[in-house]
Amino acid sequence: MFRATLKSLLARKVRLILSGLAVVLGVMFVSGAFVLTDTLGRSFDSVFADGFSEIDVNVAAKPKVEVNEMEGEQTAAPLPAAVVDRVKQVPGVASATGIVNADGARVIGSNGKVVTSFGPPQLGENWIGESDLMQLREGRAPQAENEIVLNKALATTAKVQVGQKVGVLTAFESKKRDFTLVGIMGYSGDRDSIGGVNEVFFTTPVAQRLMLGEPDTFSSITLRAADGVSDETLRDDVARNLGADFDVKTGEQVAADASASLKEGLSFFNKILLGFAAVALLVGTFLILNTFSIIVAQRTRELALMRAIGASGRQIIGSVVLEAIAVGLIASVLGLAAGIGVGALLAFLFGKLAGGLTLAGIGVPAAAVIGSFGVGLVITVVAALLPALRASRIPPIAAMQDVATPDRPLTKVTVAGAVVTGIGAVLLFLGLSGNAGGQTLSTILGGVLFAFIGVALLTPLISRPVVSLLGAIFSWSVPGKLGRLNSGRNPRRTAITAAALMVGIALVTGVTVILDSAKGSISALAQDTIKAELVISGQQGGPRPPSFDPGVLDKAKALPGVRMVDGEYGDMGRIDGESTWVAASSDIASLRQIFGAKATAGDIDRLGPTQMLASSDTATSRGWSVGSTVNVQLTRGEARTYTISGIYESSQLTNPVTLPATAAKDFAIPQPIQGFIQLAPGTQVADVQPQVETLLADSPEVSVADRDAFIKQQTSSLDGLLTMIQILLALAIVIAVLGIINTLALSVLERTRELGLLRAIGLRRGQTMGMITVEAVVISVFGALLGVAVGSGLGAAVVEALKDEGITDLILPWGQMGVFLGLAAIIGVVAAVLPAVRAARINVLGAIAHD
Amino acid sequence: MTATVGQQAQAAARANDVWKVYGSGEAQVIALRGVSAEFERGRFTAIMGPSGSGKSTLMHCLAGLDSVTRGTVSIGATTVTGLGDSGLTKLRRDKVGFIFQQFNLLPTLTAKENILLPLSIAGRKPDPAWYDTVIKTVGLQDRLDHRPAQLSGGQQQRVACARALVSRPEVIFADEPTGNLDSRSGAEVLGFLRNSVREHNQTIVMVTHDPTAAAYADRVVFLADGQIVSELIEPTAETVLDTMKKLDAPAEVGN
Ligand SMILES: Nc1ncnc2c1ncn2[C@@H]1O[C@H](COP(=O)(O)OP(=O)(O)OP(=O)(O)O)[C@@H](O)[C@H]1O
Ligand SMILES: [Mg+2]
Repeated sequence: MFRATLKSLLARKVRLILSGLAVVLGVMFVSGAFVLTDTLGRSFDSVFADGFSEIDVNVAAKPKVEVNEMEGEQTAAPLPAAVVDRVKQVPGVASATGIVNADGARVIGSNGKVVTSFGPPQLGENWIGESDLMQLREGRAPQAENEIVLNKALATTAKVQVGQKVGVLTAFESKKRDFTLVGIMGYSGDRDSIGGVNEVFFTTPVAQRLMLGEPDTFSSITLRAADGVSDETLRDDVARNLGADFDVKTGEQVAADASASLKEGLSFFNKILLGFAAVALLVGTFLILNTFSIIVAQRTRELALMRAIGASGRQIIGSVVLEAIAVGLIASVLGLAAGIGVGALLAFLFGKLAGGLTLAGIGVPAAAVIGSFGVGLVITVVAALLPALRASRIPPIAAMQDVATPDRPLTKVTVAGAVVTGIGAVLLFLGLSGNAGGQTLSTILGGVLFAFIGVALLTPLISRPVVSLLGAIFSWSVPGKLGRLNSGRNPRRTAITAAALMVGIALVTGVTVILDSAKGSISALAQDTIKAELVISGQQGGPRPPSFDPGVLDKAKALPGVRMVDGEYGDMGRIDGESTWVAASSDIASLRQIFGAKATAGDIDRLGPTQMLASSDTATSRGWSVGSTVNVQLTRGEARTYTISGIYESSQLTNPVTLPATAAKDFAIPQPIQGFIQLAPGTQVADVQPQVETLLADSPEVSVADRDAFIKQQTSSLDGLLTMIQILLALAIVIAVLGIINTLALSVLERTRELGLLRAIGLRRGQTMGMITVEAVVISVFGALLGVAVGSGLGAAVVEALKDEGITDLILPWGQMGVFLGLAAIIGVVAAVLPAVRAARINVLGAIAHD
Repeated sequence: MTATVGQQAQAAARANDVWKVYGSGEAQVIALRGVSAEFERGRFTAIMGPSGSGKSTLMHCLAGLDSVTRGTVSIGATTVTGLGDSGLTKLRRDKVGFIFQQFNLLPTLTAKENILLPLSIAGRKPDPAWYDTVIKTVGLQDRLDHRPAQLSGGQQQRVACARALVSRPEVIFADEPTGNLDSRSGAEVLGFLRNSVREHNQTIVMVTHDPTAAAYADRVVFLADGQIVSELIEPTAETVLDTMKKLDAPAEVGN
């Protein structure tokens, strides 16, 4: 029995490879995700271990506000220089060095543009001399106020040479300042940077002033232990001596912590990849199910013969499941291998993008192997179970008769489909209306999954009228008519094939509906509310938003024709112990005049130095009213008490809380990140814009745009997101295309005799190919129609649920949907090529004699 | 008319007042109308009759491949009627062998694998001496590693015969086993079917159209219009032909 199964498997290898390919792709995503995160994780480990190798113990002040990887960067509180002397007294300390090390040192390259980073920070540091790790490659150390050293990686990207003047924006000065590049440094092992970090080294006083904002402060102190003193002992001694206000860690701990926080970001990335793996595998399940169903149908006679000579129903199930296991195993192995390749490739690209991260060796973690085989096997076997059951019900008598298995009525499937769709709808409703307890996301995902399966079950019923309608378009020619009849011939088969395509297209459509609606709603709101003709802002590349020199605000205000100028500042602060995004406006009147805010309580036109405004939503959720006092801790400085003096109505464009402009000096970025300029009536935008441009010459991170361009720019990040999701989901569509090819190829094989007969009575080769193509196009357009419909429905449901979040306009991307349908027709034609060629090549005589 | 023939104690297969009705209403066809018959152990019985008379139906019912509408069927001591799927499976595995008109070999397996398939499905080892005897009887020693596509029709049918013989079933049912063969290969196949009855006490029930084939049997049962109408013991081609002619005449009148 086992042998018979294996042999029949070998005889049908091509079909199984096609259907197995879907599993291969899904498994590839799974193992790729694990390999990528493992490789990058270990690379981070080794980068940080290297970066902190010269440190035995590190002393830093406790951060004022803890932020996680998703909220932004952690900014350390500065540490008074006196602490260095205090630490030096601790027995066991061989040396203590004060370090300035802060993000926000942005170099202007020889092309006049700011060198950007896509992840690693742009550090401004004090030069503390050469070591085993750090060496000057060229030139000398910075000695004067206006001298700097760059690391080799940064010098190369910026295309600057020793001796040249180089403009730098610093954490506390977003106005260009010129320095002379006196040296270029690198790291041991011929590395130009560690982990792609860009570094600017100043003299210590300059670094303190420009990067920390205060003289005589440091970011941290690095200690070396005296001989015979272990890192741990030294750490404990120093910690005891300094007290609870400081974080004292060994170099290894610091490295591990730094790496762990980056890995947190990676695990998010991992989840996204696994999400796409799930989509690919869902589509793959449909495919496998279909392939096995067709194979079972084709083997009816063979299986009946087995039954006639004594095989039990269970043995038949066993033989089909065995086939599934074999396919699943092979697919898992291939998928794992492909995943390792893809993971390595992605890690390489990531390393390049992150500015030359030195990759640790490619690792294949156990999770990748277990995940690959688990997923590959389970999916294949589960998908084959239904066909296996059907196979076991073949009566032995079918071996002797050409029993055309009668078309079973669709009632059962349809009822099941309706029930499953109903469950999906209920789950979606619960999830979207926020009634799912703490399980909102999983409830919504479950709802989507159920909806897909339910619709797939309903598809056979829907397929009859839709397919015959679609097919009617082609019925003017004989091959068209035959193709149309063929696609309506086996509603279940057509349905599953189309459903596989549906999943991909529905997800793309749904995401497009949501993002387009979000974009449309936000820009409509911005159009309606923002009363500023010109906006100063920049494109954010790395973790730090672009900022500009606050001096520009006053100068702009003085320009003729300018009525009001507002600079917006922002920071992650802690209010009464809870992390909250806080904002500050340089001109509080702008709240009403530029952003159309309405007061719901108190006075929002004025703001004293210890007063604060809150949005109505924030006030409600935190239980604040006018007169409440709150404790606010910003990134820098001491905690302060503010009194709520006014509450404004919440909208998409309002900040949760607004602090007086004076508070901005304690923000992580003490410069404005956006500027809004309102012109006096009758002033031409084109007259003012060039003058503002001139003012911004020394703040090259930002530019000035008119309002429409600004709104477009703001929503363009959603476009990027959309494109990325579309590319990833395209894979699901590719898998579905494989499914169409597979179904057609199997159908052609099944109908060899019939095709031979048609050819014998005069159907030409071209007509045969036309017939197959029509069948493919009908199936894929049907799938796309379903997808567009289901996707619009899901998208509309989500948009409806997000009404309260400000997505008020439902925007259906008709153009996109049209493109999908057109694309589906092309997909059909492409998918038909191979099966059609095969059908056309059928040997007429052989086909008729074919048993 | 209901004819009961061949009363004997140790029947290998027995039909008792078997009715088989296909479909209902307008499309109703009564394929068997109260057939009772016994097929003695160790004998070679042929079933003959005009096309559509119910020969294949009777055989399917006897073998438990199809259910009867009324009446009972038994194989050896087992009552087939009323058995569930697992009972039927066991029956087919242990007590029944089949030879089909279209050979019905698995194209992916070699001749040897096809022959041993019923045993391997049942998880049994072949008795080597018996296996050798069977292979020798069907004359396939040098064709064992060939696939069905590489064998002639006659050779394929001999593989199918060997497959039925190798598990030594209580009864072998053969539906027109020579229908697709020329007369020489047909004679070979019939020859060793008869040998296996004579020498190894195998029971065979064979449906055929061909009087020459029927002459190999020990006994011929004639069906017409779903009923047993006649029988011959120790038939020759001539006596069979005569009986057939007699049957044809009233059948034509009936039409
Ligand atoms: N599955 C079925 N459904 C309906 N009617 C059937 C079915 N199988 C057989 N019949 C009918 O039952 C009658 C007997 O058929 P059967 O196949 O037993 O004839 P037969 O004697 O074997 O004929 P032949 O010599 O042509 O093979 C015929 O009238 C046939 O049409
Ligand atoms: Mg027949």
